[in-house]
Amino acid sequence: MTNTNESHNIVRVSGVTKTFKLGKIDVQALKGIDLQIAAGEYISIMGPSGSGKSTLFNMIGGLDKPTTGKVFIDEVDIAQLDAYELAWLRCRKIGYIFQTFNIIPVMTALENVTLPMTFAGMNNDRAVEKGLQLLNLVGLGDRFSHKPFELSGGQQQRVAVARALANDPAIILADEPTGNLDLTTGEEIIKLLKRLSQERKVTVISATHDFKMLNVSDHVVWIRDGRVDKIESREELSISVGQIDIRK
Amino acid sequence: MAWKRLLNRNYYRLLGVTFVIISLSKTLFFPATGFIVHRHFFQTGRLPGYSTVAQLINPSKAAPSTERVNRLVVLPFMKSVEIAYKSIKVRFFRSLITTMSLVLAVSFLSFVNVSNDVANGLLATRDLTLRQSLIQSGYDLGPRDTQVESSPKQRWIVILSLLVCVVGIINAQLMAVTERFREIGTMKCLGALDRFVLRLFLLEAGMQGVVGAGAGTLLGAIFALLGGLLHFGTAALNNLSWAHVAHSLLLATGTGCLLSLIGVLYPALVAAKMQPVEAMRVER
Repeated sequence: MTNTNESHNIVRVSGVTKTFKLGKIDVQALKGIDLQIAAGEYISIMGPSGSGKSTLFNMIGGLDKPTTGKVFIDEVDIAQLDAYELAWLRCRKIGYIFQTFNIIPVMTALENVTLPMTFAGMNNDRAVEKGLQLLNLVGLGDRFSHKPFELSGGQQQRVAVARALANDPAIILADEPTGNLDLTTGEEIIKLLKRLSQERKVTVISATHDFKMLNVSDHVVWIRDGRVDKIESREELSISVGQIDIRK
Repeated sequence: MAWKRLLNRNYYRLLGVTFVIISLSKTLFFPATGFIVHRHFFQTGRLPGYSTVAQLINPSKAAPSTERVNRLVVLPFMKSVEIAYKSIKVRFFRSLITTMSLVLAVSFLSFVNVSNDVANGLLATRDLTLRQSLIQSGYDLGPRDTQVESSPKQRWIVILSLLVCVVGIINAQLMAVTERFREIGTMKCLGALDRFVLRLFLLEAGMQGVVGAGAGTLLGAIFALLGGLLHFGTAALNNLSWAHVAHSLLLATGTGCLLSLIGVLYPALVAAKMQPVEAMRVER
């Protein structure tokens, strides 16, 4: 990926391998990955299941530590962080969006959005004010007092997007954000993410199978068999997307 | 008999254990921050809020606007209480089931103790007819006994019921933890510390313990007093030493809270040690 002077690398992965133990057999999920992601970009990580996509994704999110190699988030080696610093990173630097929404079922939409702010030590009034703003931003301003089971899948995912933005993170990690949504709702979520990444200069990194995602991505990282297969920018993509359509 | 006196003294030992556990949990809830700072400094050569020692010496290097890494603040205690309370309120019936076995076991303990208090109150009058009716209603009284102690059989049943109750609580709480795996994982992704998760579960168990044990204690005491009234008439209440009853009630409530906390300890540790990656898992 190009790295101009004004934008720095928000995520840098160098020589990362990851070995899992399945019984007595060692399985190498990642076989040496080098990757740089510039701040403010919209990145999609694509790859068939079993390609190591999720493993890489978890590494970038600081949820998992590599066997060898290093992962830097904002030029900080995450292997060097202790529990408190890792928690701070997850709370303030990274916003997570999940395939299964993971809205906390016992809390209202607003409480879900304010929870990360509470963890960050913000006082209640300010958190509520900001939470309402964020819910307005994702178009759920009038539904702040609803419980998750009163919301549709798309609305739940919007709450999750608002929650991910709660502490103004530098990175939003979205794991198959459209995986459990129908076509149109999925498209709305993708548009929302794209808009937010442009307006707020947030780096969006998403693991996905969804080809709708490619249209909005600045770069697409293809993972195959634990290695980076190729990295394409959007201009190159329009050609290959055409090919994908034909293949379909 | 010597061993009876020994068991009597165990009440105080129980109080002692409670005290130790409360003071231990204090270090869990309000650890000396200084200690953490020191430990962190020696492990990493950094101080919280500063990325390196160099920045500490020359703070201008640490630009606050682009701070790279910091340490998360520990959530205020009252905030945890609030979240725990909400969590119980929403899962009311779930926590009711967890609490039920505690209520039953504690009410039994309280019933046995208060019944003995009633009997002791009657014995203290040295009235022979009352003594006779006590023996008739099943108390083993030797000719020289001036005190009623709970019989070994009674004691064993109480201990067994408390044991069964703890196992029941562990079981119910483990299930609750499994049910909430995704929720806990999500909270960890949002920046919850292990300590917060542990504290959340301990607080919930503590609240359930206080309410459950309180209800159980009252229930047992009421039945014991009603039973006393039924068997011995108003003499049962008139001669009752309320100080002893209060002691019995406190003991039963304390035991109940303690059991609730013991029961949640292992499940809470399981929850706290959970990896945030679990939140990402799709299958369920």
